[in-house]
Amino acid sequence: MEIAEKELTNVTETKEAVEVSGSVALLEALIAEGTDTIFGYPGGAIMPIYDALYDYNDKLKHILVRHEQGGIHAGQGYARSSGKVGVVFATSGPGATNLVTGLADAQIDSTPLVCITGQVFAHLLGTDAFQETDVINITTPVTKWNYQVTDATEIPEAIAKAFHIAKTGRPGPVLIDITKNAQIQKFAFEGYEPCNHIRSYRPRPIVRKKYIEEAAELINKAKKPFIIWGQGVLLGSAEQEFKAFVEKSGIPSAWTILGAGAIPSDHPLNVGMLGMHGNYGPNVLTNDCDVLIAIGMRFDDRVTGRLDKYAKQAQVIHLDIDPAEIDKNVKSKVPVWGDCKETLPLLTELVERKQHTEWLATFRDYERQEVEAVIEAEINPQSGEMTMGEVINQLNQLTNGDAIIVTDVGQHQMVACRYAKFNNTRSNITSGGLGTMGFALPAAIGAKFGAQDKTVVAVIGDGGFQMTIQELGTIMQSGIDVKILILNNHFLGMVRQWQELFNERRYSFVDIQSPNFVTVASGYGIPGRSISDRSDLPGALKEMLETKGSFLLEVSVTKENNVFPMVPQGCSVSEIRLR
Amino acid sequence: MNHPHIEKAPGKQEYNITVYTENQIGLLNRIAIIFTRRKINIDSLNTSPSEIESIHRFNIVITETEDVVRKLARQIEKQVEVLKVYYNSNEDVIWQELALYKVPTDIIADKVSVERLLRENGARAVVIRKDYTVFETTGHREETDNLIKVLQPFGLIEFVRSARVAIIKDSDGFNRKLREFEQAEPGEDVIENEYLNLREKVFTV
Repeated sequence: MEIAEKELTNVTETKEAVEVSGSVALLEALIAEGTDTIFGYPGGAIMPIYDALYDYNDKLKHILVRHEQGGIHAGQGYARSSGKVGVVFATSGPGATNLVTGLADAQIDSTPLVCITGQVFAHLLGTDAFQETDVINITTPVTKWNYQVTDATEIPEAIAKAFHIAKTGRPGPVLIDITKNAQIQKFAFEGYEPCNHIRSYRPRPIVRKKYIEEAAELINKAKKPFIIWGQGVLLGSAEQEFKAFVEKSGIPSAWTILGAGAIPSDHPLNVGMLGMHGNYGPNVLTNDCDVLIAIGMRFDDRVTGRLDKYAKQAQVIHLDIDPAEIDKNVKSKVPVWGDCKETLPLLTELVERKQHTEWLATFRDYERQEVEAVIEAEINPQSGEMTMGEVINQLNQLTNGDAIIVTDVGQHQMVACRYAKFNNTRSNITSGGLGTMGFALPAAIGAKFGAQDKTVVAVIGDGGFQMTIQELGTIMQSGIDVKILILNNHFLGMVRQWQELFNERRYSFVDIQSPNFVTVASGYGIPGRSISDRSDLPGALKEMLETKGSFLLEVSVTKENNVFPMVPQGCSVSEIRLR
Repeated sequence: MNHPHIEKAPGKQEYNITVYTENQIGLLNRIAIIFTRRKINIDSLNTSPSEIESIHRFNIVITETEDVVRKLARQIEKQVEVLKVYYNSNEDVIWQELALYKVPTDIIADKVSVERLLRENGARAVVIRKDYTVFETTGHREETDNLIKVLQPFGLIEFVRSARVAIIKDSDGFNRKLREFEQAEPGEDVIENEYLNLREKVFTV
C-alpha cells in the first residue's frame, strides 16, 4: 500500500485535508490521543492497519504478544500503572474473541482501554466469511461502549469518542471494530479533533452541595466513623484529596484490594484491607461503626459478605461517580454522586479536625490479635516449609514498598495483597472483580511499559502462570524487565482451601503438575532460579531484583497452607474466622 | 415452564419504563441484555422514533418490584447513548395496545351484528374485502383479549397485538425539553452498512 509519509507531517496542525487511508487516520488519531505503546497481534482482517504501522515505528511502539488475551491484559497493566488509556490491536474472528476475557476484566475493574479489532470487508458482514464473528454483539455486555466502522470517514470521530468514553466518568473498555475496506479506503482527512462531549453521556454528575453538607454533618456527629475506600480514589487521581480528608477527619480507613496504595500501607490511619481475606479489625468493626463512609467502591460481595448482616447499624455515606452504584448493594443514607476529586475537598472543608484515638485503638487491638493468631506465623515462620507470607515479607524489605506488585488470582493474590507494602498509588495491580487467572504475567509486562522507572514484580501461582505462560515470549522479544515470582504450592491452592474447609478435603482436580519453570524460562532466554530452602530466600530475592532484565524465581512453599482470616461465604463480615 | 418453587415475590407489579435514546445500531441489544442478564422477562417492548428526529423512545413493560426496576433504570441510563430513563407504575401512565383481527367476511356478515360488535368493543373495520375483513381496536390487554373471545367462534383467521405504548401522566413539557435539547445539540446521522448491496462491485483483497 502506498503511504506518502511526507504528506502526513503536521496533519493535525495544518488542518488541511490530506488524502489518507483509514489505517493511517487511525494511527494519527492514536498519536494525537497520546498513545505511545500498542499491544497487539496481527492477522488477515487487520493487515492494512499493520501495514500502515510499519511506517510509524518511531512514534508508536508495538509490542507483539503471544496471544490476544495476553495483549489485552498487558493493555490493562499499562493502563493501571500509567493512568493512561491502554491500546490493543487484534484481528477479526478468533483474535477478537480472545479479547473477551480481558474486556470483561477491564469492564468490572473499570480499566480504560481502547481495543481495535479488524473485521471482514463490509460487504461480507453476515455472510459467515472467513474469520468473521459478530464482535460487536459478543462484546456488548463487556464493554462500556463499542462501535463498528464500515467507512474510513468515520474513523477519526469513532476513535475520538472511544478515548473520551474510555477515560471519563467511570472508566472502562471500548472496542472499535473496523472493516477491512474502511482500513484501506482513502479519504480526505481533515485532522484530528478530540472529543470532549457526547450529548447523551454525562460522565460527571453534578455535585449537590446539600448532600455534601448532610454527609459532613453525619461525620461530625459520629462517634465511630469508618472510611472504606476503593479504586475510585485512584481512578479519579484523588489520592491527595483523599489523604487530606482522612487526615483532617482522623477517621480509621480500610481499603478494597483495588484501592490499595492510595495512602501508604504504614499511614497511621490506614487500618488495613477489607473483604473475605482482609484484616480482622476492618471486617469486624464494619459491623460496629456508626457512620460508614464508602469512597469510590462498589460493595462487591467479596467485601460485604452476607449483605443482610452488613453494617446494618451504620448510616452509610456513599461517594461514587457512577449513579448506578448508589444503593445497588448497600442502601445509603447520604448519596454523594460525583468525582471524588471534586467531592472530597468539599467534604474536607466541612468536616471538623478530629482524632478518634479510642476508636482507632480498637482497630489496633484487633490487629494485635490478628498478628498473634495469623500474621506472625505467616510472615515469620521459624520452622517447616516456606510460607507465601514470608516471601512477600522478605520482598518488602528489599523493595521498601516501592515496587509495583502485579498479582494473579488465588491464594498468592490474597497473601500478596495482605502483606505487600505499598508506598505509592497504582502499585497494586490485580484482577479484582473478574478474578482472571493468567492475568499477572501479561499485566506485569504492560505495567512495566506504563511505568518504566519502577520495579515490577509479578507474583503468580503455579496454576495461573501456566494459563498465560506463552507471554514469556513477549518478554523475550521485547526485552522488558519483569521480575517473575512464582509461589508454587503444587496445588490450585484457593480451590483446595475451600475443598478442605467446606468439601471434607475431597481434593477434586486441584493437584496440578507443573513443568520445570526455570527450564521453561531458560528456553526463552530468561534467567531463573528455583528454591525450597528458607536460607536461600533473601539471596534469591536479591538476585532476582538485582539481575538486569527479567528473572524468574520459583519458591516452593508449603502445600496445604490456608489463607486466614476468612469470611466464609454466606457469613457476615463480623463472623470472620482467624483459623 | 412451570416453576412451582419460584413464587411471585411480594411487591411485584407492572412497571412502564420509558427510555429516550440516540438512534444507534446495537442500542436495542445493549438495553435488552440489561434485562436478560438478570433473567428478567420483558413483557412488552416498543421502540420507535420520538417526536424529535434522531431521538428514539422505548417503552418497556416488566413485572418486578420497584427496587429492582429502579436499579434497572439506572443501569439503562448508564449506557452512553441513553438520554433519559423514567419508570412508572400503571397508575402513573395512560397506556394502550393496538390489536388487529382478521375474520372471514362471509361468516361475520352473515352471523354477527357487526355494528353492535364494533360499538361494544370500541373497534373499527380497517379493511373490508370479499374474502376477509380486518378489525382494529385499541385498549388495555383485557379489552383486546375480549374481542378475541368474541371473534373466535366466527373463524378468526389471524390476530396480532402491538406492544404497549404509554404516556406518562405528569410529564410536563417533555416535548419542549426534547426540542430545546435537539436544537442545542443536533443528533448525528446513523451510518449504516451501505456496502451490503454492492457485493462484488466492492474491491476485495
